[in-house]
Amino acid sequence: LRLPETRTDAAMSELVPEPRPKPAVPMKPVSINSSLLGYIGIDTIIEQMRRKTMKTGFDFNIMVVGQSGLGKSTLVNTLFKSQVSRKSSSWNREEKIPKTVEIKAIGHVIEEGGVKMKLTVIDTPGFGDQINNENCWEPIEKYVNEQYEKFLKEEVNISRKKRIPDTRVHCCLYFVSPTGHSLRPLDLEFMKHLSKVVNIIPVIAKADTMTLEEKSEFKQRVRKELEVNGIEFYPQKEFDEDLEDKTENDKIRQESMPFAVVGSDKEYQVNGKRVLGRKTPWGIIEVENLNHCEFALLRDFVIRTHLQDLKEVTHNIHYETYRAKRLNDSGGLPPGEGLLGTALPPVPATPCPTAE
Amino acid sequence: MDKEYVGFAALPNQLHRKSVKKGFDFTLMVAGESGLGKSTLINSLFLTNLYEDRQVPDASARLTQTLTIERRGVEIEEGGIKVKLTLVDTPGFGDSVDCSDCWLPVVHFIEEQFEQYLRDESGLNRKNIQDSRVHCCLYFISPFGRGLRPLDVAFLRAVHDKVNIIPVIGKADALMPKETQVLKQKIRDQLKEEEINIYQFPECDSDEDEDFKKQDAEMKESIPFAVVGSSKVVKNVGTRPVRGRCYSWGTVEVENPHHCDFLNLRRMLVQTHLQDLKEVTHDLLYEGYRARCLQSLVRPGARDRASRSKLSRQSTTEIPLPMLPLAETEKLIREKDEELRRMQEMLEKMQAQMQQGQAQGEQSDAF
Repeated sequence: LRLPETRTDAAMSELVPEPRPKPAVPMKPVSINSSLLGYIGIDTIIEQMRRKTMKTGFDFNIMVVGQSGLGKSTLVNTLFKSQVSRKSSSWNREEKIPKTVEIKAIGHVIEEGGVKMKLTVIDTPGFGDQINNENCWEPIEKYVNEQYEKFLKEEVNISRKKRIPDTRVHCCLYFVSPTGHSLRPLDLEFMKHLSKVVNIIPVIAKADTMTLEEKSEFKQRVRKELEVNGIEFYPQKEFDEDLEDKTENDKIRQESMPFAVVGSDKEYQVNGKRVLGRKTPWGIIEVENLNHCEFALLRDFVIRTHLQDLKEVTHNIHYETYRAKRLNDSGGLPPGEGLLGTALPPVPATPCPTAE
Repeated sequence: MDKEYVGFAALPNQLHRKSVKKGFDFTLMVAGESGLGKSTLINSLFLTNLYEDRQVPDASARLTQTLTIERRGVEIEEGGIKVKLTLVDTPGFGDSVDCSDCWLPVVHFIEEQFEQYLRDESGLNRKNIQDSRVHCCLYFISPFGRGLRPLDVAFLRAVHDKVNIIPVIGKADALMPKETQVLKQKIRDQLKEEEINIYQFPECDSDEDEDFKKQDAEMKESIPFAVVGSSKVVKNVGTRPVRGRCYSWGTVEVENPHHCDFLNLRRMLVQTHLQDLKEVTHDLLYEGYRARCLQSLVRPGARDRASRSKLSRQSTTEIPLPMLPLAETEKLIREKDEELRRMQEMLEKMQAQMQQGQAQGEQSDAF
């Protein structure tokens, strides 16, 4: 870990500990009688960081996008095993579809093993539901950029908060309708525009309508279409840090994704156990059974293995891209809101990357 | 007793024999966004492979695709009866990012068939009128939404007075039984709210037995039909082979009434109401079109719109022929005149050439 040289670095390292550089030479295993090898104790930094994280907790902001009825809210509730989405709050399911895309952010604090997570679920009702859905991604793009702007403003202040509240979208789950044919034009348009500013994880919603063969064919077609259109979903190839990452991520990118998921908030009895699932006259679909759907893969991916990486890529790549563009546009960092008393210029729209 | 027996009770048999000989035409339109299992369902309903060579374009191709109307014909024979089934498909419907007015080509198509029939009916040779009118439209609703989407409502409102609509929930194996009930009720409520007229299955006769009436009522209550289609036969251990979809958690049987409404749809559409659909198309929808069409002509003695029933059909024979809109007739006359003129010109040219040729021939002879 580099010693903090500037204030900025210190602030950054508090929020997002820098990824530990992988050692070029594998370290000798430390055994109990290692005092002869001169054990220093640097590796306890992991434990220190862990304890610190437990005390401060961390933020995670996940956005869900897709046509209404694809099970977005249910899936998020299933992912975090709590009623964290719009479905649970006072929002009434019978509400009419909004005429324009709305952005609704709901925050919850959930705790597990002494670790506190401030989870914010950002829902986007109205996306893709109208007859004319042109540019319906614009409010979403605007929201994502606004969060970067908020963060930038805080960072740029002379006297800054110890811990800048992070409202940036770390992960965007995009729900693809399980038509079995291919992506829809709207899916392509959305992902083309947003994959450059936020981590997009495409998921195939309500996957219990596809047989194993249909699923596999559909996934292949979707992967191919995304590739042909130059859309890079998370984990992006260009951000793989080393061979280890690349191998692990390649497997996910080329075989598992997009995850074909099924969500549920109801429990049924199967073989003496209570499982989350869906009960039909022809059988019970178990959400966490890998033979039935890939929910468990998605959960492990987003929460158990790549949560931190999602945040890092958002901070180190997407946010930095935004910041660099803003600095270029406004010709250098203004000294801060307080001094000049002027707000920073409005958020520029991200130009759509043209398909090659 | 015998002297009171006239014998026309045999009329239905005569009609039956005639139609068997003549064969039977039926045009079925299938509409709804892509990916709802329309083609699979049609193949399942009619036990055909109409869509075998179909190519489904990918998303980038569909970015610029406009709605097209495709017609496929198939002859099905069963029990000595020949049915010439025409399927009208609407690929591209609901796919684009901007679907505004995407139903207009469909409306136009339906009206074109009415117009064609109107012309044929008004024409001189009426023995062999081809009936290409759309007798029924199966409209597929997504099981993933929460009822009718804005596009569904817009389409249905545009066509409900021109074609018999039977709403269907596609890929119904996405839903648990309770979800199906909730969705069906929501759709029924929405149809009522938006004042969309779907095809009303007629009441059964009062002299039918209770069981039949009960069955009929159940069938009506299951509208919109929640269907699952499959062209694959599944052979599960210990049971007989059935058409279905095989999942890791069980097999959906297409013809199992506890699994989906496929049987109900097939029974109502194919087995009992094929004829009624044609009649309603002719007596109600076509007449409505015809009345509106004629109404819009500027002519003395035009009848008012209220005359849509069969009875008034007979009384409109008072209107003198020709029945085509005046503008149309004039146009036709003009076209014919043009043709005649051109033909005359050609004849004159040919005559002139012939004369020239003769003259030259004489000259060369002279040499």
